[in-house]
Amino acid sequence: MVTMTKAVAPHLASGWLLILRRDVVPVAVVLLAVLALWYGMAYWLNSPGAIERVLDPQGGWTWRDLLRATMGMERPVMPAPHQVALDFYGSLTQWPINSPRNLLFHVAVTGKATLLGFVMGTALGLVLSVLIVHSRTLDRALLPWIVASQSVPVLAIAPIVLVILGSLGFSGVAPKATIAMYLCFFPVTVAMVQGLRSPQKMEAEMMHTYAASRWQTLWMLRLPAALPFLFPALRVGIAAGLVGAMVAELPTGAVAGLGARLLTGSYYGQTVQIWSALVMSALLGLTLIAGVSLVERAALRHRRGL
Amino acid sequence: MNSLAASALFWPGMALLAVLAVVSVRRVAAIDASRWAGTATAALFGVWVVVFWEVLVRTLEVPRVLLPAPSLILSAMLEHAVTLWGDFVQTVGKAVFVGWLLGSGLGFAVAVAIDRMPFLQRGLLPVASLTSAIPLVGVAPIMVMWFGFEWPSKAAVVVLMTFFPMLVSTLAGLQAAGKLERELMHSYAASYPRTLLALRLPAALPFIFGALKVNATLALIGGIVAEFFGSPTVGLGFRISTEAARMNMPLVWGAIVVAAVTGSLAYALLVAFERRAAFWHPSVRQG
Repeated sequence: MVTMTKAVAPHLASGWLLILRRDVVPVAVVLLAVLALWYGMAYWLNSPGAIERVLDPQGGWTWRDLLRATMGMERPVMPAPHQVALDFYGSLTQWPINSPRNLLFHVAVTGKATLLGFVMGTALGLVLSVLIVHSRTLDRALLPWIVASQSVPVLAIAPIVLVILGSLGFSGVAPKATIAMYLCFFPVTVAMVQGLRSPQKMEAEMMHTYAASRWQTLWMLRLPAALPFLFPALRVGIAAGLVGAMVAELPTGAVAGLGARLLTGSYYGQTVQIWSALVMSALLGLTLIAGVSLVERAALRHRRGL
Repeated sequence: MNSLAASALFWPGMALLAVLAVVSVRRVAAIDASRWAGTATAALFGVWVVVFWEVLVRTLEVPRVLLPAPSLILSAMLEHAVTLWGDFVQTVGKAVFVGWLLGSGLGFAVAVAIDRMPFLQRGLLPVASLTSAIPLVGVAPIMVMWFGFEWPSKAAVVVLMTFFPMLVSTLAGLQAAGKLERELMHSYAASYPRTLLALRLPAALPFIFGALKVNATLALIGGIVAEFFGSPTVGLGFRISTEAARMNMPLVWGAIVVAAVTGSLAYALLVAFERRAAFWHPSVRQG
């Protein structure tokens, strides 16, 4: 039912208790449900294989045996969460950091390409958006193409970039960073053009009455006004850049990087390895986004009141 | 370099052409007449880019591997039209379309289902928002293991990629109806389903269409990239990766043109649908 007025809780508990009850508990319940579902799927998907390979297909076992078998298979259809966790933990602790068996080694390879591409793509996007805002010709001629590119799967060009840079003699981190770069570049440009144009007419006219130069207006009015537009685009860009860097590792037969780890896992049917690489790439993605959000918080710290 | 590029007239000719291009684009950009003046400038700019691409690639004899001329791409597309059509049907017609429909539909259904459960909303929303940071395409090898090499495994990847954006947008859209309108429905003693159908779902339409548009691009990316991880011998992603490995770049570019045109058309179609479905909404009336 639609309540006429939002009921105000009369006994507002102290801050953190309220946050715990309102935000943390529901998320924890959902995550537990996902975990339970995961175990359920592991049991359900692994049962046929377990009956065929581990247990006697003729029968003579109870469901407890089946459950135990499905939870500890060597090449399960769906590895149980604790198997993935063990493999994940083992790869981090049992191998030196420069061994290809250590997931952090692959994180370093992919993360470096992502960050490099992210920095280059952001710089390129910033420069181009400033040019577009100041040139009517560029605005009319170039911006529609950049906006339209948002509805086109630009990631599909990745193999071409790899071939071109490969035949020019580039290998290693450069092709991956290039792909991450152009994936970051599009959202940053579009958002920054919007942001640089966001100041009100009154503010722009005030700068004009101060006889501010174009540079001063850009530096003191447009850029600060564009920051709130920039950071969401940076989050989109860095996530897209990570996907780009991982996809760039597929066709080259690369041996290092999270994408390569996924591919070798699927070649050799090492399902547990695929899953722990997936968990690691999810963690890398979340870490990168969290980094951008931290910078955002620091940059916009003084604007809370607005 | 061939004779044309070596001739004394070539570079002055190119310079003249460049001046002509810049002047013409600037002239058209300065027109302040109608709404499509902007589109005309962009189109003219695109034409000039293609012209320079063609002329420079041909006269400088840029290797085909680096950059094939537009005419070469077009002739490769015509020559392999049957192959590309098969790839289009396989990737877009089956995997992407089915996955997009299922993923968006499921996201919508779950959002409406938990509309009356604030506890689940507060639990699911942060988790669903975080998935945008995760490279979900990576599940492609697992889906291949579960559903085989054919298109259902690609559709499954697309379902996973499109589900969460739709869930998050629909949940946001259902909160978008104004307080005044809600109270009006309340004063009419309208039931919950009635309010949902008559007020809150229509108010959520711009959000839903926004997610459908984002999902269309995501679905194309997912469908194509999932094929990089292993696929039957047909499909746009398969074509791009294998022909790139064989250095047959004109056909690779042709497959990319097909994907790009598909993405733009899907976007245009969705915008047209939105104009019909939400013609009354301020965001549509202004645009």
